[in-house]
Amino acid sequence: MASTEQTNTEVGHDGGHASGVFPPFDPSTFGSQLLWLAIIFGALYLLMSRVGLPRVEGILAARKAAHDSDLAEAARLRAETEDAIASFEKALADAHAHAEEIGQSTRDKLNAEIIAKRKAFDAELTANLDAEEHTIAANKTKAMQNVGEIATESTIAIIQHLTGQAPSAADASAAVRHVSNA
Amino acid sequence: MAAESEGAIDPIHQFVIEPMFHLGGLTVTNSAAYMIAILVVATFVMIIGTAPKALVPGRLQSLGEVAYEFVASTVRGSAGHEGMRFFPLVFSLFMFVLIANLIGLIPFTFSVTSHIIVTFALAAIVILTVILYGFYKNGLHFLGLFVPSGVSPVLLPLLVLIEVISFISRPISLSVRLFANMLAGHITLNVFGGFVAMLLASGTWAVILSPLPFAMTVALSALELLVAFLQAYVFAILTCVYLNDAIHPGH
Repeated sequence: MASTEQTNTEVGHDGGHASGVFPPFDPSTFGSQLLWLAIIFGALYLLMSRVGLPRVEGILAARKAAHDSDLAEAARLRAETEDAIASFEKALADAHAHAEEIGQSTRDKLNAEIIAKRKAFDAELTANLDAEEHTIAANKTKAMQNVGEIATESTIAIIQHLTGQAPSAADASAAVRHVSNA
Repeated sequence: MAAESEGAIDPIHQFVIEPMFHLGGLTVTNSAAYMIAILVVATFVMIIGTAPKALVPGRLQSLGEVAYEFVASTVRGSAGHEGMRFFPLVFSLFMFVLIANLIGLIPFTFSVTSHIIVTFALAAIVILTVILYGFYKNGLHFLGLFVPSGVSPVLLPLLVLIEVISFISRPISLSVRLFANMLAGHITLNVFGGFVAMLLASGTWAVILSPLPFAMTVALSALELLVAFLQAYVFAILTCVYLNDAIHPGH
């Protein structure tokens, strides 16, 4: 790229057709391009580093903070819910235990009552039975005494019938006693 | 490569820099006007777009945040946490190159980055930052960058020479890569676009062939969109890699 026509001071082309120089290698444009690049890139760097990038950084940090605090809040609420569930389950278990207790004590009380009643009934029954047995024994004794009398009377009647004369009651009873004892 | 005849394709014309108007004592060329446009677009996205500071971002604020996070993760990934002190520089470079490349893709516009002097100046900013910060932070230890460790003394001079050459070639490769990509892409697009116009204007049976270069132009435009982004990214990530050398000069 020999610069043959680079006499123009500024950006010297009329439409680029006149110069034989390949435009990207045309040194006459370098100064202007470098100057503008310095201005524009400098401005871009300043705007990005001072305004744009800190702002985006702030946005991202704020979003992260919001995100983190939301997550923490969610975790807190979940812990709260878990506590509530745990206390509810504890109350339920307590109520179960209490109900069990009440049931057990009622059962025990009723059992004791039943047993006491049965014992009282048994005692009463036994007492009645003893009384009856006494009565029976007394009756039997009485009946047995009566049997002697009846036998004596029967003996008197039989002997009177057989012999025509009645023996004395004392004889008859002695005879009966003698026979029944033999 | 200059124009041969009237009406012929002149793919070089798009790179010509011409004065547009005067602003005070300054001549505003088309290049300067597009640089101003870059500044306006960057300001629009990064400053006006983020002005609402919304917790739930709108479209423009999202764009600004995506750009921020993209460049920030690139810097963190290649230059570490210490490299974040250069984040505004890398971000400005990335935005400048990206917006310049993207604006240049609009037909009949001008690509600021298709001029070697611009890309070289940007690369020079990077390399000067690397050298100045490297010496400021590490003193003469920064020169250890050129001395690979664990090498036999016989090979050392040769390797130091290679390291020095590779360091010197960095600004050149950084600037030429971007410049050449933009230049070649625009010339190719212009040539194929010119074929469409030529075929349509030929007035012969060849008119029916005009969709072929048109399809090519469409495909190349998509490719150039990728290249525009990729070159901005490559410029930014290489900047980070070079800055990383200044921060951690040990091999």
